[in-house]
Amino acid sequence: MDNSRKRSLTLHIGVLAFLFLLPFVLPDYHQLTITRIMILAIFALGYNVLFGYAGLLSLGHAMFFACGLYAAGLPIYHLGWAVPSAFLFAIAVSALAAALIGAIALRTQGVAFMIVTLMFSQVVYLTTLYFSDTTGGDEGLVLPGHARSFEILGMQVDLTSPQVRYYIALGLLSASALIVYRWVNGGLGREWVAVRENESRTRMLGYNTFLIKLKAMVISGTLSGSAGAAYGLLFAYIGSTFATIQYSIDVLLFTLLGGVGTVLGPILGSFIMFYLIDFFSEHTTAYLLATGVALILLIMYFPLGVLGTLRKKWLPWLP
Amino acid sequence: MDLGPFLLLASLEGLVQAAVLSLSALGLCLVFGVLRVVNVAHGEFYMVGAVIAWSVSHALSGHPLLGFLAALLVAPLLVGLAAFTADRVILRKINHNPEATIVATIGMLYVIQQSVLIGFGPDARAMDPPFYFHINFPWFGYSGYKLSVILMAAALLLMVWYVISRTRLGLLMRATQIDREMAQVFGIPVGWVYGLVFAAGAMLAALGAVLIAPIRQVHYLMGLDPLLMSFIVVIVGGLGSIRGALLAALVIGMSDGIISMFFSPTLAKMISTLLVALVLIFKPEGLFGQRKS
Repeated sequence: MDNSRKRSLTLHIGVLAFLFLLPFVLPDYHQLTITRIMILAIFALGYNVLFGYAGLLSLGHAMFFACGLYAAGLPIYHLGWAVPSAFLFAIAVSALAAALIGAIALRTQGVAFMIVTLMFSQVVYLTTLYFSDTTGGDEGLVLPGHARSFEILGMQVDLTSPQVRYYIALGLLSASALIVYRWVNGGLGREWVAVRENESRTRMLGYNTFLIKLKAMVISGTLSGSAGAAYGLLFAYIGSTFATIQYSIDVLLFTLLGGVGTVLGPILGSFIMFYLIDFFSEHTTAYLLATGVALILLIMYFPLGVLGTLRKKWLPWLP
Repeated sequence: MDLGPFLLLASLEGLVQAAVLSLSALGLCLVFGVLRVVNVAHGEFYMVGAVIAWSVSHALSGHPLLGFLAALLVAPLLVGLAAFTADRVILRKINHNPEATIVATIGMLYVIQQSVLIGFGPDARAMDPPFYFHINFPWFGYSGYKLSVILMAAALLLMVWYVISRTRLGLLMRATQIDREMAQVFGIPVGWVYGLVFAAGAMLAALGAVLIAPIRQVHYLMGLDPLLMSFIVVIVGGLGSIRGALLAALVIGMSDGIISMFFSPTLAKMISTLLVALVLIFKPEGLFGQRKS
């Protein structure tokens, strides 16, 4: 392992270790917030696979998030499934949805791809409203008591405890970050970057670029879906709000702010933006104004994001 | 009501919808055609148009027709000015890069929407129609204003066609669209043309909104629906193709109106969006789009 690989691995493990120790010093409110942020960070990690590495800007990733959310929540609510099986089911459903939607949406390129993903996401949102008898529509559903704890490997896991939720979220985030880290540093990651930088040349070299992009879409959608499933299961609530365009935009913003095409960027971006919005919503109802201004300023003056800029100027070894 | 008259009523509603949709979709299409960017804030320009229409007609006492005509003049001018400024200040800075522009216009969407929320408030407000006039069919009475919306939209579309194909400004526009660099070489101020086209696109959306404001209520979130519908129209028609956009606006507006009457608006939106998926499967470049080599 060469020096830069070692350094970047140390950094990633250091960040996760820091998050591991954090709850010992933090008050409960922040613990809850960070649990939330870590789940959203998984969402952003998944988004970044598609946007940052494969260079495909999706404006509809909320559909995968919502897909995981509902695929986990609905069987529990209506069929009385147990939590672990619902979670696995949600992951499978998100992967399938991502493959299907990817196969259609990837027939378009550039701007059309963005619009198409946006519209598919809107269909998912409208579907959740249309079948509000089953999904609870705008009001959503609160998952019943039996979904608040589950047994795994002979251990009873209580989902009402903030600590347990925190460490489950951290565990999922670490797993996702390591998976993404391995993938983007492997052959597939290089194929993604090749497609991002010059698709026709990659095709000319004999690669099936459609398949490469589809793989990115499926991995990205699956990660986003599992983030959605985890969100629904940890906080015992599923609702249409998670399928709105707002969530697709938020995840784009997290990624842009933290640094497009870096593994840690989306995680950092989620933290900064979440606390920023939290701060603004205490002072004004129009806190989305902050989102808007942040987007414009970022894209005008700071298009590489925090970590992207750091990498360019001082830390070229950052993955 | 029997099926026949009901179908007539539904198609009239659809036609009104199609008329307004064709204006806003044409705006989006023009901007894409010339600047090669997608304006996600398009729906917000529409919304601001409606809000200005409401404010103007509210500020002017007297006959509602007076307020309406004033709004028809003021709203597009103000919206156009705002859009022109946004283009010169923000979009020029990022060189109209397609992806960066999407992000920037999403930002503009939030800034405009939330500013209106602060200034105008979260309530939906109704605007008086400029005239009350009922046309009595044998089966039902229909608002004369709604019919006049169809006519006014058609007149505006004709004007746009005239400007694009018969005036010097339209010539500059088309030259920039076909070959930006060559146009610059010939001394066309491409930056200004970009700004003007961006403004024109926003003005078309605002005009559509002024026409629809007396029928629908004015609300700070009303921009999302026309934005998504315009997207659908522009994709189905083929990105950048005016002919395709107008045809698609007619088909989608009509079908949306009719399905909304028979079933539910939500279902209508779902169907139109799935229609796009079908178009993409069989013709990824849209109905009238040019296939890229």
